[in-house]
Amino acid sequence: MAATREEVLGGLAELINDETGIATDTVELDKSFTDDLDIDSISMMTIVVNAEEKFDVKIPDEEVKNLKTVGDAVDFIVNAQA
Amino acid sequence: MTKKIVITGIGATTPIGGTARDSWKALLAGESGARTLEQEWVGQYELPVTFAATAQVQPADVLERHELKRLDPSSQFALIAGREAWADAGAPEVAPERLAIDWATGIGGVWTLLDAWDTLRERGPRRVLPMTVPMLMPNGPGAAVGMDLHARAGIRTVVSACASSTESLVNAWEHLQDGVADVVIAGGSEAAIHPVTIASFSSMQALSRRNDDPAIASRPYDVGRDGFVMGEGAAALVLETEEHAKARGARIYAELLGGAITSDAYHITAPDPEGSAAARAMKAAIEGAGASLADVRHVNAHATSTPVGDIAEYNALRRVFGDALDDIAVTATKASTGHLLGGAGAIESIFTVLALHERTAPPTINLDDQDPEIPLDVVTSPRPLGDGDLVAISNSFGFGGHNAVAAFRAV
Repeated sequence: MAATREEVLGGLAELINDETGIATDTVELDKSFTDDLDIDSISMMTIVVNAEEKFDVKIPDEEVKNLKTVGDAVDFIVNAQA
Repeated sequence: MTKKIVITGIGATTPIGGTARDSWKALLAGESGARTLEQEWVGQYELPVTFAATAQVQPADVLERHELKRLDPSSQFALIAGREAWADAGAPEVAPERLAIDWATGIGGVWTLLDAWDTLRERGPRRVLPMTVPMLMPNGPGAAVGMDLHARAGIRTVVSACASSTESLVNAWEHLQDGVADVVIAGGSEAAIHPVTIASFSSMQALSRRNDDPAIASRPYDVGRDGFVMGEGAAALVLETEEHAKARGARIYAELLGGAITSDAYHITAPDPEGSAAARAMKAAIEGAGASLADVRHVNAHATSTPVGDIAEYNALRRVFGDALDDIAVTATKASTGHLLGGAGAIESIFTVLALHERTAPPTINLDDQDPEIPLDVVTSPRPLGDGDLVAISNSFGFGGHNAVAAFRAV
């Protein structure tokens, strides 16, 4: 069963916390991965790979550069599940 | 002119303690870090050896979760020991361009590499995480320490099996002499208690098989010794020029007189039974630093508890010291810690430094029946080393025929 937007946000926040130590409640939809959360490209790819497994979706490499904010990633995952 | 190099900080995480001080206390108390392995893979692969000297404090109890995720266990241990040594030295104020790292490992990120191989085979290439290579590379532990402390005068890693971290001390001494840095953190780490390494060392008959009583398995010089006990952990020493240390009012544990590196070029794993290259390293470490053989009153031996290795080292010691060897207090601390491979030289250097600082030689446990072919004066309970000029050496030898010796003087 597909996860809701809230569930995807919560799950993504856990993956980000796991990789970087950033508190889950600071992972909000309008936050930029690079500018606000200071996530480097290696961590970003780790989060992407872990998100693919967690949400059972494919996130193509060429798509990752379009995921500027947490909201972009949540939207992509929700749509990819549909 | 040769500069005086001193040790001002120590840090370690070992099978007998989570810090350098706790490890030293446990060593003096005659404790053993060897224990039965509880991991599922021991039974799964029917390993012939079912115990090892695992770290007493696991990195997960010390480091943040995101630090753990990005570091192989060998780097986690390194970071813990490096931070402790730095704090112990009083976190010296030094320009990043004047701070260097000389690190060492014998094997590197074996867990990361083999876990990634399993992941690739079971779940495909997409699941192999991007940090895999930076985590498995042997320079990872030194880089972790250097990045944490902003060392920008060079982060170097030596890989020479069980001689590695004594070589890192020798290298650190040279870098301070060369003037590339004012402060160097030297050390080594290992986290290679893995079914593959256990299987390999077992195949070569190098490990003790005392599965029923791990605490008495590492028994250097005893007639019943039957191999070494794998250990894990890390140790780090802060070294600086005496001038730098005194200018900042630092506590000085001991002087690193110098060190020497030679090679057997005899056999990939067996030591040269004559021990001539090992003897040359000892002599060079002592005399190269301007000390005399007669000043040496304590030896922290490599002594891994293998039947062949302990005798080869004895032969080398006799070659160097002759009859005077009978008056030297020899300790084999691997009896307590097991063999930390690439971390062994650094932890044994710390034990040697503390022996000089406290003028007390630590004991060798499990020596119930000394091999008559190794007539050494082995310390079996903490022994005062007396007053006056006091020099000690720490020996490390490794597969590949590597011989590394560091010489220290009490201050």
